[in-house]
Amino acid sequence: MTVQGEIRTGLYFDSVTLMLVGRDLLAIEHVADAAAVMATRENKAILRSAGLWTDQFETAGDTDLILAVKAETAAAAAVALEAAAGRLQQARTRGQAGVEHQPASIECAVRALPGANVALISIAGRYAAEQARQALEAGLHVMLFSDNVSLVSEIALKNLAHQKGLLLMGPDCGTAILNGVPLAFANAVNRGDIGIVAAAGTGLQEVSTILSNEGAGVSQAIGTGGRDVKREVGGIMFLDALAALRGDPSTRVVVLISKPPHQSVLRRIGETVAGIGKPVIAAFLGADEAVVRQYGMIPAATLEEAALMAAALSKGQPAEAAHKFLAARRRRIQEQAVREAARFTSPQKYIRGLFSGGTFCAEAQLIFRTLALSYVYSNVPLAPCAPLADVWKSQAHTLIDLGDDAFTVGRPHPMIDYSLRNRRIIEEANDPETAVILLDVVLGYGANPDPAGELVPMIAASPRRVTFACSITGTPQDPQDRRRVEAALGAAGVRIFPSNAAAAEFAAQIAGALGGR
Amino acid sequence: MAIRDLFQAELRVVNIGLPMFKQSLDHCGVRAVEVDWRPPVEVDVQALAAVAAAAGSIERANEKAVQAILNGKPALIGMARAIEAVPGMKANTILHAGPPITWDRMCGPMRGGVIGALLYERMAATPQEAETLAGSGAIGFSPCHEHQAVGPMAGIISPSMPVFIVCNEERGNYAYATINEGLGKVLRYGAYGPEITARLRWMEQKLYPPLARATEKLGRIDLKNIIAQALHMGDEVHNRNRAATSLLFRQLAAAVVRTEPDSEQAAQVLEFLNGNDHFFLNLSMAASKATLDAARGNAGSSIVVAMARNGTDFGIQLAGTGNAWFTGPAPVPDALYFPGFTKDDANPDIGDSAITETNGLGGFAIAASPAIVQFVGGAASDALRYTRQMYEITAAENNVYQIPALDFRGTPTGIDVRKVIERNIMPVIDTGVAHKKAGIGQVGAGIVAAPVKPFADALLGLARAVKPDQPKETL
Repeated sequence: MTVQGEIRTGLYFDSVTLMLVGRDLLAIEHVADAAAVMATRENKAILRSAGLWTDQFETAGDTDLILAVKAETAAAAAVALEAAAGRLQQARTRGQAGVEHQPASIECAVRALPGANVALISIAGRYAAEQARQALEAGLHVMLFSDNVSLVSEIALKNLAHQKGLLLMGPDCGTAILNGVPLAFANAVNRGDIGIVAAAGTGLQEVSTILSNEGAGVSQAIGTGGRDVKREVGGIMFLDALAALRGDPSTRVVVLISKPPHQSVLRRIGETVAGIGKPVIAAFLGADEAVVRQYGMIPAATLEEAALMAAALSKGQPAEAAHKFLAARRRRIQEQAVREAARFTSPQKYIRGLFSGGTFCAEAQLIFRTLALSYVYSNVPLAPCAPLADVWKSQAHTLIDLGDDAFTVGRPHPMIDYSLRNRRIIEEANDPETAVILLDVVLGYGANPDPAGELVPMIAASPRRVTFACSITGTPQDPQDRRRVEAALGAAGVRIFPSNAAAAEFAAQIAGALGGR
Repeated sequence: MAIRDLFQAELRVVNIGLPMFKQSLDHCGVRAVEVDWRPPVEVDVQALAAVAAAAGSIERANEKAVQAILNGKPALIGMARAIEAVPGMKANTILHAGPPITWDRMCGPMRGGVIGALLYERMAATPQEAETLAGSGAIGFSPCHEHQAVGPMAGIISPSMPVFIVCNEERGNYAYATINEGLGKVLRYGAYGPEITARLRWMEQKLYPPLARATEKLGRIDLKNIIAQALHMGDEVHNRNRAATSLLFRQLAAAVVRTEPDSEQAAQVLEFLNGNDHFFLNLSMAASKATLDAARGNAGSSIVVAMARNGTDFGIQLAGTGNAWFTGPAPVPDALYFPGFTKDDANPDIGDSAITETNGLGGFAIAASPAIVQFVGGAASDALRYTRQMYEITAAENNVYQIPALDFRGTPTGIDVRKVIERNIMPVIDTGVAHKKAGIGQVGAGIVAAPVKPFADALLGLARAVKPDQPKETL
């Protein structure tokens, strides 16, 4: 053990800085004890009793700084003394340290941001309801991204929001665009006069991007969470949002997006639509079109159709313009599909749809249904589609929602984290019966920043001649830039479609053509 | 703001959860603030529900408690011997810091303080005799807090000790504290022996009479005023009392000289004040105690009226749960240690001085005290962060005590135990660290976070004490 020291004459530091220096020195290897002190009588006495004394300190006085190190080796002591010098220099020149203050509660956040009007909540579900309640009590509109919020809590929160005239979007609301601002998983779309209410987040993304890519734009896009239109919740937010769009002079066309609402909710939607004075397009995927029409709404069979009709109406064209376009394209897709089907060799015959958007999986199932395809399986089956025996293993035609709870427990959503789907792509590509791998790629805020970078290596690694068909939900204004993603995937040989409906139609037509095998 | 109005407004977003959503909003040029949310302290769900169900009555009780705290008017009005003034003080009483504790559980410094006091009181002739007496059951140990008193570190008050009498002129209640002895080998760090006894005698015989006469001559000294000024001068009146001591000195000096016929004696009194930067600490504590005691007795209130440590346990009391103490083990401060000492030498946190934090001072006002910010990480911004964080767990902002660096915002005042639990933010306390062996003295200083258990227990206590407001939809 050796004690070494240094005297810095006329160098003053406050005692706390010196204690900090001393503490840092103790962290150095082979250093047993250390001190940085002004050489007052008391401090010198302390150094003596602590065994940190060398006789050279005798001459040091009140205005001198002593650095003392007790170490196992002289080398270690030298290192420590040098470190002390550096540390003192640092203390002299230290700039703004510390971290910017962040409020820890809504109460304090509202104080930190006067005029705050929206709370975006994405903490774990079991805590989210309480924060949503506090936000509503503080007069904030709420977007509740979190899932795993109980139905009881959802109803109570929505009743509270309704009483206060506030929005409670969610729970499990992934997308909204308010005043042109994309919230959570939303896309950069044009502003315009089309207002959207959606109980399906991906559906909202699909509709808003397609109409934006058509040159139309969105006034407001309000998400409600998927359960809102069920009987238990009774459409509290769907109806409030619709009423708000009805009264909004900037909204001239309304699009409603949902799975078929419960009949009681649908009736009340119809009551709100009555006398609204603007066209209301309803993409209630799978609903009876006659009933929708009876309630004064224009039914849309697909999200794309809803978007194209809304864009047409927004531009002063008839909704039928969209129908004509879609009919013509359907014929083109059919021709493409027949050509593509001819290239497959036995035993290739099945479609494997791997979706990151739940609404897309449902929409694809409906499109397969219209073509009366048999042997269609899903982890979230809509009749007549059958449930998969094992969601981890495809059978015949399989359409999987990878955003379903079975896949997302402990994992980020597949729109962010592609790893699960990437593995499944390789599995499907290696299945000799796979003909087409059908994918959705969702762009926008919150989504994976480089989807092409994720998918292209998977496609390149596919050992056999499998057709990749893919829709891209996004705009050129999105952070990922739709054009760049399209170019990169196209270069890898992926068949790109402007909508999920179109891609699903292509796949379904191939399935139909291969059905004879 | 109705939905329709939202459509016309500039969107301003509070983001709680995924930071990437805030980044997207930043990217879009939208004003947004990120909440540094953390899960609440885990407590019994039914207790939480009971407290939530009583929110209305708790708020009403808190309103009263907070008004009592804000309206407090503590003034030094005189001095007396403890036996003459402190309620419940008997000839065999020894008061101590923190929640109740028996001799066998007392830490080293507190035992040392007790021994020192028994020697000073001539109740024992030797330390051994004192220990035997202390353990015999003949001495009535009791918390200062239960006698309208407070004491720093060991907080020992024995019958002969002179005490300051502080009156909360708003309510007419009183608080008592001893005279601060200074630094070094002192009773409050558990030192005992001839040197300590001599100083205590000197304080009793030479310091106390002139101070008492000077105080009497002045009539009253407005402590709230001194504290408010000191906060503007770099004190937080817990770990730094230099400005407040100086202000007090200015008020007392002429009165001491005028009332003390012996000029050498007067000079010694003033030198003692001048030589002890912490002279005001005991007064800032008594002022806080007098202020907070006025908030007691508001049934159902969740406002904390005492945080105190006896070196073994950390205890708190609420305005709405009577005299119940909620306790847990006192933490060992993760402080800065003086050369030659480490955390191994440190005693668990000790002293009633956390009454200052309870009153919105000390650690809660550390942003006012750049001179000691090195204890909290070294930068003034760290001190600001600590004070700002304390607004998260308090019910009010002080109407008199202000932080210049926060644009004279009032200090965070009135700890609400519900917020402590919900936001999982523990009160920060400026603290001196005592050596765990009696009598060695202070070995470090820094800040310490209050332990969770007393607050979690207090919430359970509150849950038992309240009744639901009205049947309401539960979330």
